[in-house]
Amino acid sequence: MAGVILRRLAGAVPVLLIVSLITFGMMRLIPGDPSSVIGGLSATPAQLAQIRADLGLDEPFFLQMLKWYTALAHGDLGRSILLGQDVVGATLQRLPVTLALSAYALVITVVFGLCSGVFAALRQNTVIDQLAMMFAMLGISVPNFFLGLLMIILFAVRLGWLPTGGYIAFTDDPVGWLRTSTMPAISLALLQVGLLARITRSTMLEVLRQDYIRTARAKGLPRRVVVMKHALANALIPITTVVGIIVSLLISGSVVTETLFSIPGMGQLLTQAVLNRDYPMVQGGLLLTTAFLVMINIAVDACYALLDPRVRYESP
Amino acid sequence: MNLPDAPSRPDAEADIQDVPIHRQHPAWMTLRRLFRHQLFLTGIGLFGIILAAAILAPIIAPVDPTKLAMRYKFRPPDGTFIFGTDNFGRSLWSRVIWGAQLSVVIGFSVVLLNAIFGTLIGALAGYFRSLDNGLMRVNDALMAFPAILLAIGVTAVLGPSTFNVILALAVVYIPRTARIVRSSVIVLREMEYVQAAVAAGAGHWRILRRHILPNAMAPLIVQLSFLFAYAVLSEATLSFLGLGAVPPTPTWGNIMAEGRQYMSEASWIITIPGIALMITVMGLNLLGDGLRDVLDPRLRIQQ
Repeated sequence: MAGVILRRLAGAVPVLLIVSLITFGMMRLIPGDPSSVIGGLSATPAQLAQIRADLGLDEPFFLQMLKWYTALAHGDLGRSILLGQDVVGATLQRLPVTLALSAYALVITVVFGLCSGVFAALRQNTVIDQLAMMFAMLGISVPNFFLGLLMIILFAVRLGWLPTGGYIAFTDDPVGWLRTSTMPAISLALLQVGLLARITRSTMLEVLRQDYIRTARAKGLPRRVVVMKHALANALIPITTVVGIIVSLLISGSVVTETLFSIPGMGQLLTQAVLNRDYPMVQGGLLLTTAFLVMINIAVDACYALLDPRVRYESP
Repeated sequence: MNLPDAPSRPDAEADIQDVPIHRQHPAWMTLRRLFRHQLFLTGIGLFGIILAAAILAPIIAPVDPTKLAMRYKFRPPDGTFIFGTDNFGRSLWSRVIWGAQLSVVIGFSVVLLNAIFGTLIGALAGYFRSLDNGLMRVNDALMAFPAILLAIGVTAVLGPSTFNVILALAVVYIPRTARIVRSSVIVLREMEYVQAAVAAGAGHWRILRRHILPNAMAPLIVQLSFLFAYAVLSEATLSFLGLGAVPPTPTWGNIMAEGRQYMSEASWIITIPGIALMITVMGLNLLGDGLRDVLDPRLRIQQ
């Protein structure tokens, strides 16, 4: 088990290396560089050249790359040009916001997605099933920014119940956090609720057809025990994969949601960094984000082992 | 050992001849099954509305979608302006219809690029073991990026335009398509009929073209129909963030982005393109579900 995780971690290194190479190359290919953003429109060519020299942007491409990787090997991801803050610090400041939002959305996803999937499967081909699957289809078809806008129009502009945007940290004011995060979390979760409901339903239907379920029912076990202990426990294995995918979809989806609701999270930070050619921030931030996503995938694989003894005892 | 003779019936042969022989082409039978599939038909219907609007745009929306008419601004939907007007008095009907055309063109182009390059990369990686490791590492790296950030990065490199959005979305989705093709090719490569073809002296290309790829088509077609939905959705998202086609060219995303400032007094600027987007995505999703049920029963969500 520990061996599996170690091997997966080792396998992640080349992937992250290629990720950083792609990011590095992509950022240098973007026309324009940070000097024009810092210098502003009125900067003279001499001033721009000075800024470029200060940032080391006048050096040859490969030298810049070599320097970046050398610093990376020492655990230094550089400083954000735009924020004047070091990349790791800026990431650590913004990441909790995105994580809190994603966690909230994940709770919504698991509660609604899992429940509606299980209920639909238990009442296959009834009105409840059809309604649940209709909502799931709506969920995967409504763009999250559209739902976000509709909620803003209804709950913020028309009714005035919730603020249109902004963010209050949970540690500062839990009620404020709920007020600012609920609409973003719902709009972020919608797609995933639909996905999870559909997959839970199909997995449950497959499991419910198995012989051991019939045996369990035949020997007179209460329905609740059959569903929870025999069916759901087995259905959870494929569902875990989906939850792993959902976590990365949530982090990815937060880019749009954070922009829409002006939430100062990782997505907004990276979008602004790309648009303002903040090279170190994009390179470091994307590397950290993808590394984080890769870790989540490995954690999901480790969860399999916990849920499924067959994986645990399998020789590596 | 003597087996008893089968009871002879004089009319046995006639019986067999009476059974109608279904000499229908398999493709025809698949089509018939598709057109009995309720959800597929609903999907075709919904997507058909959008497709018709896109194709007929010059006829049904003759008013220039970029034509300004300040005195008509913020007209709510009524008899004169079917979908109302926006902050510049432009006809939202025209803008949404021409936006449909753009969405369909972008979605179709992304699907086409995926069909070509996703198949190529997936087939090469799946069939030639020597290429697998290298190709899939790059593939994994591209898939490790949060999708929308990669698309934002690529459009930032290339600059915002319709063509560049197509390229950006192709870069984002081709690795996913390649992975699906690869996984079918890896299974098919080990099939006995492929070994038979190898034994008969068929070359690599012939085996790939004649024996492997035709059998890998079903999951690919299903993937491409969902991909169309993702592409339309992502294009709208990018142009909502200001990275799509440059205004005043109307796209559903940039119409909604402009409408944001006026959402308290003119919410139809947001809701109408939003609903159009939803209809498109839902139509394509239903279509994809139908195709999956009929073409690829292994992946089926049990009915």
